[in-house]
Order: sequence, then structure tokens, then C-alpha cells
Amino acid sequence: MFRPILVLGTALALASCAGDGNHAQSASSEAGSTGPGRGKGYAHDPFPSTYRAYPGAPTLVTNVTIFDGEGGRIDNGSVLFRDGKIVEIAQTIEAGAGVTVIDGRGKYLTPGVIDIHSHLGDYPSPGVEALSDGNEITSPVTPEVWAEHSVWPQDPGFGRALANGGVTTLQILPGSANLFGGRSVTVKNVYARTMQGMKFPGAPYGLKMACGENPKRVYGGKGRAPSTRMGNIAVDRATWAKAVEYKRRWDKYEDKGGEPPARDLAMDTLRGVLDGEILVQNHCYRADEMAVVLDMAKEFGYKVTAFHHAVEAYKIADLLKANNTCAAVWADWYGFKMEAYDAVPENLAILEKEGACAMIHSDDQNGIQRLNQEVAKARASGRKAGFDISEAQAWRWLAINPAKALGIADKTGSLKPGKMADVVLWNGNPFSVYTRPQMVWVDGALLYDANNPKLRPVSDFELGQPGEGDVK
Amino acid sequence: MIRNLLLSASAMLAIAAPAAAQTVVITNAKVVIGDGAGPVEGGTVVIRDGRVVAAGAGVAAPAGARVIDAGGRWVTPGIFAGFTRMGIVEVDAVEGTNDTAAGSSPFNAALDVAPAVNPKSSPLAINRLEGVTRAVVAPDNSRGSIFAGQGAVIDLGADMDPVAKPRAFQFMEYGEAGARAAGGSRAAAYAMFRNALFEVRDYIRSPASFADRGKDALLTRADAEALVPVVQGRVPLLVHVERGSDILTVLALKKEVPALKLVLVGATEGWTVARDIAAAGVPVLASALADLPESFEQLAATQSNIGRMKAAGVLVGIGTINQDEARQARWEKQYAGNLVALGKLPGASGLSWGEAFAAITSRPAEAMGMGAEFGSLKPGRHGDVVIWDGDPLEIGSSAVNVFIDGVEQPMTSRQTRLRDRYWEPKEGALPKAYQH
Repeated sequence: MFRPILVLGTALALASCAGDGNHAQSASSEAGSTGPGRGKGYAHDPFPSTYRAYPGAPTLVTNVTIFDGEGGRIDNGSVLFRDGKIVEIAQTIEAGAGVTVIDGRGKYLTPGVIDIHSHLGDYPSPGVEALSDGNEITSPVTPEVWAEHSVWPQDPGFGRALANGGVTTLQILPGSANLFGGRSVTVKNVYARTMQGMKFPGAPYGLKMACGENPKRVYGGKGRAPSTRMGNIAVDRATWAKAVEYKRRWDKYEDKGGEPPARDLAMDTLRGVLDGEILVQNHCYRADEMAVVLDMAKEFGYKVTAFHHAVEAYKIADLLKANNTCAAVWADWYGFKMEAYDAVPENLAILEKEGACAMIHSDDQNGIQRLNQEVAKARASGRKAGFDISEAQAWRWLAINPAKALGIADKTGSLKPGKMADVVLWNGNPFSVYTRPQMVWVDGALLYDANNPKLRPVSDFELGQPGEGDVK
Repeated sequence: MIRNLLLSASAMLAIAAPAAAQTVVITNAKVVIGDGAGPVEGGTVVIRDGRVVAAGAGVAAPAGARVIDAGGRWVTPGIFAGFTRMGIVEVDAVEGTNDTAAGSSPFNAALDVAPAVNPKSSPLAINRLEGVTRAVVAPDNSRGSIFAGQGAVIDLGADMDPVAKPRAFQFMEYGEAGARAAGGSRAAAYAMFRNALFEVRDYIRSPASFADRGKDALLTRADAEALVPVVQGRVPLLVHVERGSDILTVLALKKEVPALKLVLVGATEGWTVARDIAAAGVPVLASALADLPESFEQLAATQSNIGRMKAAGVLVGIGTINQDEARQARWEKQYAGNLVALGKLPGASGLSWGEAFAAITSRPAEAMGMGAEFGSLKPGRHGDVVIWDGDPLEIGSSAVNVFIDGVEQPMTSRQTRLRDRYWEPKEGALPKAYQH
């Protein structure tokens, strides 16, 4: 997923160099200097991750049904992890000295659930105005805002997503009121005192964009552009045109030196997208609008990594496949707004059947606790309609597929040796409504155990309140 | 254009209208009565004149009936959705299709959802084909009053007669929403309730001389009239309340109005005062899986709420207030299944399978005082019967046949039509618009 974007970005950069090659050369010779180097004109990571994996015992789970997250399944298999990393996945593995062995008979082992669309922390519980920090609704174009600056790490929702949902990684996005909503942040689902302490090391940023009803309603309601879908695209294009120019000036400065152009934090984000460093995560419901956005992306030389919600993705599954753009969808939400009117529960199945990249998402503090059940529903709907997909294949919808769309598939999202030991042991088949997480490890550290009340996270907010430390 | 499409769609549906009620015998069934017991293998269900005649093992099949061999499949009462806004909303965000609340109306308690229920609204078909056959439909309140109006019990049948019982209850907000509506505090909500009480008693004493102060009144004549059966205990008062202490406040209303038939809705912190609720004999339509402190009145939220209330002796069914209740009553099956799952979780309180199923069938009907009519396969209940291809609480199980009042229902919706049209997404010889 990440690679083609980089290639595209490089090609674009070369093209723009070639376009004004003579000019640039003469400017350069006049200045007689070189720039700081590509990407070195300003800091790209000013709020770096301070996440550190917690210590974990070397652990071997045996006799367990395994979905590896990439479509593979092993019955009565074994998984060994140590020092935070998956070591081996096989039918049988010898327990070495000092290894904690867990008998997984009757249980299932999977990679941790990844939710590509969450607002935990920026729309936390309690849902009071004072903590509602997900939409900067003062302008339709706010690529300069970063969701991570809104994330409240004490949201009780993180703990629920871990204990009830087996969620180990999530992307927190700005809301969808804006055409350009700002940067997303990907976090490990591990409580920390600071946002930086949760931040997924090395995960690329996302840019939240939005089509359709929300931007035109919010800004049209304020008597300003956009108030229509055509207004949405006009403002989008005007903004991308500025971004292309901004990128050209900064590329030139970084390559050739001279006077640095004025910094524009909004344009920094868009330049990052044009360079393939930031992935576009685009809220969009209707098929026809997604098609327009795909053309707009080609016009300005960026890539849409994933459409989110995408309730009509099934209508253009072939187009999404051809553009190598993913769809992150619900199992069965529908009808709450006009652009959600044509939802069908077979959306995921049709995308999969047509070979498009598809995944589940929650966008909801309750739904994130049951993404395994959402995948089970989507799979069942597909099977009923005649498209059979195995449980192991369907598990990709909440494992490797979202990992790819987040640009972290080399680090997590499946039980492959060397990857982060983000692992869930389920007390039964996770496609059943009767199943719950039994143990959840993040980077090999056991952070939830259904049998150990001490391993139930309790956020600061819940401390000393009614229900503190309860099963939730 | 739009008008033409609508016309042709309704013409099509008229052709597909279901047959009249007939005598139906379902044999070889895994029967669930819905009363809290588990399934019985090899059972028979008899439906005649739209009602259940008999269900269970050793039931004789009458002659001359349509016989359906269930082939060992599950046969249960249809889902009785405990608290919804189905049938009064097509698209929430499209104002003209949303009849839940009426912020500019001078009326509050008098508002009656029954005339607004649209049997052709798409959520009804979508939920029907997932086995939901009845629903409690409540209005929503607006700023200015804690009273939302009179709700109905509807069936989801594919006919033009959806309202099974109009004016079946009055719905009221307390807690944060009630405080907001009443002017800014719980004290204001409480005062508004007591004021209504005085006004209604005035009205009862002398309806003719009751001064209708029109728009300036907190309660118009029509509102006062609508609250008479509530005060007299002939119609239940459903109260949305979440916080433990607020629940006690609401229970105490019965001291002031002994005849009041209360039903609590939501009740996230119900478990913290479960014994009081049980002692008051007040039933609950609870949100099943609310486990987050989404507000300060839900701090003690836990999925064990229903299990703990049940264990304390509270009559509790599942409702779905503020949970996409205009369209997702079908999720109640999944909610109930999750409550069963809690049984395997150390420290949690769930429900047995039979009780979980009752929580979405007979218990909510009983909570509404309608257990003799709906929600189970006991003799005399409405013939709302579903044949499933598997455990109805398990994800992936589907309703195969749905009967409402003994009438077999169509199993299509806008969604199945869209799915069929786009199962192969690419256009064929003609545009998709010609594929129907």
C-alpha cells in the first residue's frame, strides 16, 4: 500500500523538476548553494512517539485454532512470542526453558484487532462538550490540525476496546465536518499518561478528508462555501492546486537552497500527502462521489489510500480495485442519513468477491468492542447471498487489511515471525456471539486477562467513581 | 421522476401483498416458547385465525391446515423490540421523514405517534426479514417539556395496518435529557412533572372548566387529557432514566401517584439500585450492552447490568434507546447473545440462553403489560412466529419464514433489491437502472 504512493510521489517530484529544470538550474547557480536536503526543511515528527512496550514473559500458546490474519488457519496449532515479537507459528512448537505455556484447547488465537476508524480520545466518554475535540469546524479546510493534539489518553473507551474487543491498534481521526479534517494518529491501545506514550512508533500519518453531506451542511449552514457537492470539490481542488505549488517551492528550496519559502502548516500536511508520506483516509459514502474523488486524486498526483464508511463501495468494487484503493466499512449501518440510504449488508462481501481491498471499521465507541462480530455478520451476509469466504480469510478484514491501509503491515496485523506480538486469545470461536477475549497481549505484554481483575485497565476518569474496576 | 418511482414501487408491493391468515401447523420444530425456557426438540406450533393455538411437544396438528415441516429448525416467537422509533423515521437526517419529535408544536404529552407510523418505511421491511415482528414505538421529547407524547405498539407486517395498540403509553425524559428540556436542572424536570400532576387532577375534577391557556401553558387541554390515563394507572408511563439516584427519584413518584404504572427505560445504573427496582415492582426496558460512562449519569455502566437486575428479581427486557432505535431493532438478537456470552466471563452477570431470548420477546411485552398478547408462543398470543435456520441469537442465523398475526411475510427489502442489482457491479448490456 505504502510503496506505490512513494513511487507516485517520486515520479511527481521528478516531473516537477523536469518542468522547470532550466529555471531551477540557473537559480541554483546564481545562489551557488545547495539546500538542506529533501524532507529536511522542517521537522516532520515534532511530537515523536515515546511508546515503549511493557515487559512480557516468553509465551507459547498450544493446541489452539489460529487465524494468522493473512488468511491462513492452523487447527490445533502453536504460536510462540518472546521479547515483544512473534517468534514462530506452527503446528507444534517445543516449549523452551522459561516459556509460559498456555493450553489453548477449544480457544482461538488471532492477531490483535485493528480499527482503522476511531474517535476514541478526541470524542471520548463522557461525551461532554468540554471533551469534544474531534472537529475543527471553523473552516472547511484544516489540514493543519492534528487529531493527536485532541486525544485524551484517559478515555475509558480504550480499555473497553481492549478488554471486550481485543483491539490492539487504532487510528484516531478528526471528524468529517471538514473537507480537509486534519491529520490522524495511529496508536497502540495501551494506556499512557500522554498521547505520545500511546503513539504507534513509525506509523505514517493519515489525512482525513470528507465528501458529501457533512462539509456542505456544516459550512453551507454558516453561509459560506461549500454548500453543495460541487462546492466541496471546488474547494478541494483549489486547495490541492495551492498544495502542488507549495510543494514545488519547498522541493526547490530543499534541493537547491536559497531563501526558504514561508511555512504553512496546512500545506505541510498536503505536501506530505503529495510526497506519499501521509496517507489519505477519505470519508465518503456514495459511489459516484468516490469516483469523482479518484479522478481528483489523479489530477493532483496523490493517492486515496482508503475510503471510509463507503456504504456504496459495492457499486464500484471494480473501480476501487483498479485504483488500488481500499474501502473501510460497517457491517450493517444504514439509513441514518441520505448518503447512507443505499447500504447493504453484503458490502464487504461484494468488495471481497470483486478482489477489492476491504476491511471493517467501527467509527463508534461501542462498535469497536465487537468488530469480530461485525466481521462475522458481514461474512454471514455474503455467504447467504452465495459468496463463501472462510473465517480465516474474513479475519483479514480486521487484521492485515487495515494494517496495510495504515502503512504498518510490516510491523503488525498478522502472526508472522518478527512482527509485533499483538495477540488475542479468544475463549471460543470469535465468529460466534458467545465468544469473548480471554487474554490480550500488546507487543508481547499481557495487558488483559479475563481471569485477573488486576489486569483490567481503569482510566484516571473512572478511578473513585461508581463501578470502578468492575467487569465492563 | 421521484414520484413515478415511488408510485411504481408501491404498485409492486401491492402485488406482493401477503396472503390472509390461515391455519398453519409447523411440525418437527425446535420450539422456543419465549418464556425463559430453552428450546424443545420435536415440537409443533399451531397458528389459527392469527393467534397461537398451541406450541410445544406432543401438540396435535389439526386437519386441513397448511403444514410446514421445519426439518428440526428453530421456531420461536418473533422479536418484540422493547423500545424503538421504528416506523416514524425513514432517514433520520431528512426532516420531512422524521416524525420523532416536534420542537415547534405547542403540544407535548398529547402528541400521538400512531397516525405517523408508516408501514412502508424501509426499516420495517429490513427488520421484519430478520425476525422482528413487534415494536414499542416511542416519540422523542423536545426542549420545553419532559413529556414526549403517546407511543404505540406496532407490528411489522407488510400491510397498511401497522398499529397494534395506539396510545399504549406515555414517554417521559428524566435525568440529563429531562433536565435540559425542563429548563436546565433535574429540579426543574421534577417540578414540571408535579405541575403536570396538579393540572391533570384539575382536569379530571372538571374537564369542562379546565382553562386552556394555549401556547402559554406548560400543558394544553389536550396534553392534560392525554395524561389522565397515566395518572389513573390505565396507561404506563415510560421514563428514560440512567443514574442510580435518578432511578430512586422516579420510583418515588409512585408515592405521589400510587396508581402510576412505571416502566424504566435505559437504566444504565439500574444494577446499583436493583433491589429497590424489584421491590417497587417496576419493570425495565434496559440498554443491553451500554458499558461506557458516556455521560455523568452512566458512570457505573456495565454489560452485567441486565444480568444483575434480573438476579435481583427485576422484570427486565431489552430496549434500544439512543442506539439507532429507528432502524436497528434487529441488533437486539446480537445484544441478547452477548448477554449469554457473559456467562463465560469471570465476575460478569449474564443471562441463560432462555432468559436472553425472553429478554427480546416475552419480557419486554410483559413490561408493557402486554404479555398476554405478544412475545411468546403460549396459547392465545398473536401469531408472530419465526422459523430460523439456526440459533436465532447466533450471528449468521437467518429468519427463513416470518409470520405476523399468522400471515406469512415477504422476505425482501430495498437492501435485498440493491444487493441483487449490484451483486455483479459492472454494467451489463443495459444500465443498472434497467435491471429489476
